[in-house]
Amino acid sequence: MDLIYLAISATFVNNILLAQYLGNCPFLGVSKKLGTAVGMAAAILFVTILASVFTWSVFTYILKPYKLEFLQTLTFILIIASLVQLVEIILKKKSRALYNALGVYLALITTNCAVMGVALLIAKNELSFIAMLVFSSASAIGYGLALILFAGIRERLVLSAVPQSMQGTAIALVTAGIMALAFMGFQGMAS
Amino acid sequence: MGQKLLSTLTAGLWKRIPPFRLVLGLCPALAVTMSAENGLGMGIATAFVLTLSNGAVSALRNIIPSKVRIASYIVIIATLVSIVEILMKAYFFPLAEQLGIYIPLIVVNCIVLGRAEGFASKNPPLISMIDGLSVGAGYALSLTLIGSVREIFGAGSWFGMPVFGESFEPMTFLVSAPGAFVTIGALLALQNLYSRWRGEKFIQG
Repeated sequence: MDLIYLAISATFVNNILLAQYLGNCPFLGVSKKLGTAVGMAAAILFVTILASVFTWSVFTYILKPYKLEFLQTLTFILIIASLVQLVEIILKKKSRALYNALGVYLALITTNCAVMGVALLIAKNELSFIAMLVFSSASAIGYGLALILFAGIRERLVLSAVPQSMQGTAIALVTAGIMALAFMGFQGMAS
Repeated sequence: MGQKLLSTLTAGLWKRIPPFRLVLGLCPALAVTMSAENGLGMGIATAFVLTLSNGAVSALRNIIPSKVRIASYIVIIATLVSIVEILMKAYFFPLAEQLGIYIPLIVVNCIVLGRAEGFASKNPPLISMIDGLSVGAGYALSLTLIGSVREIFGAGSWFGMPVFGESFEPMTFLVSAPGAFVTIGALLALQNLYSRWRGEKFIQG
């Protein structure tokens, strides 16, 4: 029951993009077309879960027993950066189709704070292994959901008459604000 | 030379002020600007990291092989961020608690890596540090501005001091999550309006 609660909370109520403000640079960058948004969402899901498993293991079995928590920032970013590189190399070799679909987005993910943010939140809340898996996948799904919905809205936005000064990023941010307002409606489900 | 230093110093304050002109580093700009104080604290922390990382990257630019440069920059930046994190926990504990995970997240703030790659890797140390200082100061200024707007209208106070009378009903919307997006969107539009009015080149696309 707790796990279901955790999943709903991470996907909708505390949506990583709209309520925790993580990963906004790619959110505005790749949400101009629905296709790229779907690709990015898939890549994020893949990398977030993988990175969470690795950072959780290192944090629980190495950093914590030896009281090295202050090295958290340094180790996490190194793990994520090398993991992304590794995944890119393996995909290139083993699965050409998947690489063609995700390749471009993988490189961008290193500097996506959503991946790092999820890893830090897991370490901060000291989640168990199962809870960590649920939390990371639910967060990534929530990110993907918001990204794809937003891309859909932005495709329509191109066709509408927007005041000249509001064009581009400005109107995108206001739209994201309205979407965040809509997501606040989920707050009654779990807190 | 002096001219160049001066123009680099002032560029960050208007010509490439983040996150409005350089649309980078939006996450902290949205997340920690509930109040002017938080915005200023985050801005100063980022400026500190940016200045020193630009200096270090620039000093090492001829030694770091270009193939592994991004990874090397990340190690430099992460080290500096860890220092900031420890310092803030020691001297500004309440602020550090409020900023929470957004302090370690300075590592993935695209401004820092962006300036390292875009400026410090091609220029000597002194001018790179000035560039970091100027872009960092611009960022701190923007964050304080965003924080002020949200705090004044969303909570009726500025740096914790009440500005309106008792009868003022604060717009709580502005201090909650959606308010952040709308505030930055509106400020960005104002900035565009002003640039167009002055006849500057339109950068926002």
